Order: sequence, then C-alpha cells, then structure tokens
Amino acid sequence: MDGTAIATNCLTMRFGDFTAVDEVSLSIERGELFGLLGPNGAGKSTIIKMLTTMLRPTGGGADVWGHNILVDRDAVRNSIGVVFQDPSVDSQLTGRENLDFHGRMYGMDKTTRKDRVGEVLELVDLTEKADILMEDYSGGMQRRLEIARGLMHHPHVLFLDEPTLGLDAQTRRYIWDYIQRMNREEGVTVVLTTHYMEEADYLCDRVAIIDQGRIVALDTTEKLKDLIGADVITLEVGNSHQDKLVQAISKFEWVSSVDLSKETETVNLSVDHGEARIPEIVLSACRAGVKIKSVSMHEPTLEDVFLKFTGKKIRETESSGAGRMVAVQSRMRTRRH
Amino acid sequence: MARLDLYAIYTLWLREMIRFFRLKSRVLGSLAPPFFFLAFLGFGFRTAAMPELPEGADYISYLAPGIIGMTLLFSATFGGLSMLWDREFGFLREIMVAPVSRLSIVMGRTAGGVTTAVMQGLIILIPGFLMGLEVSGFGGFLLSLVFMVLIATTFNSLGLAFASRMKDMSGFSLIMNFMVFPLFLLSGALFPIENLPIWLRSLSYLDPLTYGVDGLRGSLVGINTFPLIFDLVVLAICCALALGLGAYLFEISDVD
Repeated sequence: MDGTAIATNCLTMRFGDFTAVDEVSLSIERGELFGLLGPNGAGKSTIIKMLTTMLRPTGGGADVWGHNILVDRDAVRNSIGVVFQDPSVDSQLTGRENLDFHGRMYGMDKTTRKDRVGEVLELVDLTEKADILMEDYSGGMQRRLEIARGLMHHPHVLFLDEPTLGLDAQTRRYIWDYIQRMNREEGVTVVLTTHYMEEADYLCDRVAIIDQGRIVALDTTEKLKDLIGADVITLEVGNSHQDKLVQAISKFEWVSSVDLSKETETVNLSVDHGEARIPEIVLSACRAGVKIKSVSMHEPTLEDVFLKFTGKKIRETESSGAGRMVAVQSRMRTRRH
Repeated sequence: MARLDLYAIYTLWLREMIRFFRLKSRVLGSLAPPFFFLAFLGFGFRTAAMPELPEGADYISYLAPGIIGMTLLFSATFGGLSMLWDREFGFLREIMVAPVSRLSIVMGRTAGGVTTAVMQGLIILIPGFLMGLEVSGFGGFLLSLVFMVLIATTFNSLGLAFASRMKDMSGFSLIMNFMVFPLFLLSGALFPIENLPIWLRSLSYLDPLTYGVDGLRGSLVGINTFPLIFDLVVLAICCALALGLGAYLFEISDVD
C-alpha cells in the first residue's frame, strides 16, 4: 500500500438541481491532519458523509484507506472513526456505556474493550465522569466523549465534522489539544471540517478551502497565506476620504493590492514588511489631507485567503447563503447545553 | 449485506435492556393504561352478562389475555417507532456507521423491542392473577409465550417499517391513534368480535392481533374462537411479512 489515506476522484453529490459537492478530487496522506474549510452549506459535511458511507455519491468515487466507498462499504467503516456534527450519543447511557457499546459494535473483546475505554477516557480527561449519564454531561464533555469514542477501535482515519461548533473558547482550545495529541500519539490520520479560520490555521497541516461544493484552494496553511504574500494594513478613514487615500498611495509600487470597504469605512492594503511601510503611508496620507482615524496591521490569515479566492468573507457567506442551515445547526446544538 | 453479526445483535439487545431497566418511569407509564383497562373493565363488567362469552367463562379470564395482547401491541409498536428517537437524537448514525450489516441492526433492535414488550406482557399477568385469572396449565403458559413473541415481533416490525418511512416524529401520534388504537379495539381484546356488525367484524379478521389475542386466550385460559394451530399459522405468516417489510424499508431508508 502507498502512503495515501484518502483519494477522491470527481466526487459529486447532487440533490435535485442543487449540486452540493461538485467534482471534488483530492488526496490526503497517511498521518496527515487535514482540514476542509468553508462556510456553512459549502458541502464539507456532505463530503464527509460520502467518505463515511452515510451517503452514496451521485457521481465520481473515492477510496478510504484503500477501500472503495461504493463497493467495500464495510471495509471502509472498519477503517474509520467518525465524530458527527450533531450529537450522536445515547443520553440514557453513561459515558462508559456509550464507549462500551461502540467497542462491542466494532467486535472488540471484553479485555481489549475495558483497557481501551480506560485509555480513551484518560485521553479526553473524562475518567472521573465516566459513570454518569450522558444527559448530565455538558456540551463540551459530550463532544470530548464523542471524540474518545471515535478513537475507541483504533481507526486509521478519524473524521471530525465541525468538532468545536457551538463550544466556548476554552473548551475549543482543549479539544484542539486532544485532536493534535491523538494525531501525534496515536498516529491517526485526521480529516476535519470547520468554518472557523483559526481552527484550521491552528490545527491543520493542509487545508482545502471549499466554496459552493468546489475546492478553490488546497495547500499547507503557510503556503496559502503566502499567496496573500504580504502583511495586511487596514486604515480607517471614512468613506469621503477613501478615494483620496487610494490616489495618494498609488505611487507606491510596493502596494500589491488595495481593497475598499464602504461598510467599515476602511481601506485594506497588501504590502511586504508592513511595519516599515506604515510611516510612509501615514505621511503621504496626511500630505494629501486624508484624515486617518486608525491604522492596524495583521499578518495574513486564512480569512484573507478565503476572501482572495471567493471574493467574499466567510462570515458574510454564512449569514446570507446558508442562513437556514445555521439556524438548524444552532437548534441542534442547543441540546448540548 | 445479508451477513448476520450475532455479537452486534447482542449489543443492540443489551442496550435496550439497559434502557428498559433504567427508565423505570417510562416502563411504569406504558404499563399504566393496560393496568387500568384490566382493573376497571375487569371489576366493572365482572357481573355483567357479556353476550357470546362461552359457557362458564368469567369476564376477567376473558379480558386478561386481551389486555396482555394490548400491552404487547402498544409497547412493541412503540419499540419499533423508537428508531425515530434514535434518529432525532443522532444515535442512529452511531449505529449505522459501525461495520455491521443493516439486517443485524434490524435483528438487534427487534430482539430488544420484543424482549421488553414480552416482559411487560408478563408483568400484566400479575394483576390478572390477583383478580382471579387462572391459567389452565404450564404447557398453555409456554404456548402463550410463543404467541407473545409472535405478536411483539409483528408489531415491532410494523413500527420499524413506519419509522423507516418517516422523516421526523410528527407522525408518531397519528400512528398511535389511528393505527394502534383501532387494531387494539378490533382485535377482540375487550369483547367477543361476534358482537360486532358484520362489516366491522370483517375488519377484525384482517387484524393480526385478533389471532394473537385468540391464541393467548386459548393457550392461557382455554377460550378460543379459532383452532390454536390456525391462530399460530396466521400470526406466524403476519409476523414473517411484517419482519420482512420492516427489514426491507429500514435497509433502503436514508440515515439523514
């Protein structure tokens, strides 16, 4: 076997006229921590559902750990662990019983199961809470248990669909640590979906940016951000001064791109060595009579990358295009709390 | 995918058992209606002359097997429909993503649902005994267990079949009120169906529970309209058909 964990070939999913996933071809290496990044409704979860045999693709195909998702469905399921986006525990069972059920379903014998339950509970710090009912778990604890469960049977590939959706910042941080730890310590190939830029940036070796069912960019997070190639300087000037400012800095050939936002009354500049350029920019702006309210600079984020490739911000896409889905998700999530 | 995974079937059965013994209030809740039916109808009609009742049979002996049938019908259907809860709360995905054939999943769920239903049926025997029900013999009791399993399997499978076709839980009360309740009333659990007008009686003959209740009554107290072997065969055929239908509809259903 080669070093490929997952290979998809023109994977496609249509629901009637709507194409949720549009000829996605990608390859994920063994041991990789791979992210599918995109707004809600971009098709990330649908890709996961197809790769985990929950949905049959309407076109194309894929191999997971060398098994075809259409033909060797049981073999695929034997190789993977899945943490679904929505809760999927039996709330009338304890944490330990949920794990035990899982172990049995994957044919683990009693001793192996007992040892493994202890191990994964330890990994997610739930040893002390193992024997209380799931309905008494907090959202974060429940999520951690689901991650532990996904690891129970030593899967080759672990799929995590929005692992930190709806969780508070601290719990999110914990879960990131767990994901990294199991990727390193257990050598599990991890494929996760997220619409949190910082999550993909912090966790993933490589990221595929998905928009409207297509991969618009795929590379390491570093290389993706290098595509922006520079620092981003944001000047808040007020709408009436925006054009004046753009004119004033048009003479600097080191400004690689300029974006105006009427809404936030700002101008964004991509430049190299931003910290050294700020004085020059401010000086020429003052000479041109532009009133600058504030200046800020940040290193490129995946948000900027997403903006570059799709021409929109990931948060805008969320609020308009996939508004209904967001509502559904938050409804599902409220149960956890 | 016709592979049967006994360990997975056992696992799913075990889960139902844990839930059954844990959710005591739910069990109590589902036992209350048949208990009240038994107690109030049993006492209330104790001295009433029920037409078509065989010579020398008292109403409580007639009623108790019917109420056991009712208990089995309701709890088994509910057990089959409980897949809706698993879907709603996401646990169905956990089951479906495991490397276990769907047939094994159906078998495991059915085994669990049937066991809990039969246990409830047996519990209802106890107030029956207290009210004067006399079982004809141990052989009859064993035969009644066979009938209980067949009744429970039939309606558990029908519940599963419905649940496989339903997207959410909105149809649940519709099924309970418009399918399960008429099936109960038509089955002759409360009164001899000979008292019904002919057009209603013919509906009774289409109700699998009619043969189940008749079989229970015959095996437990020796009162039966049809020959027991006829009850057994008809019910077994219904059971096989329902099981096949439930397994097929579950097999082709979507997880999401």
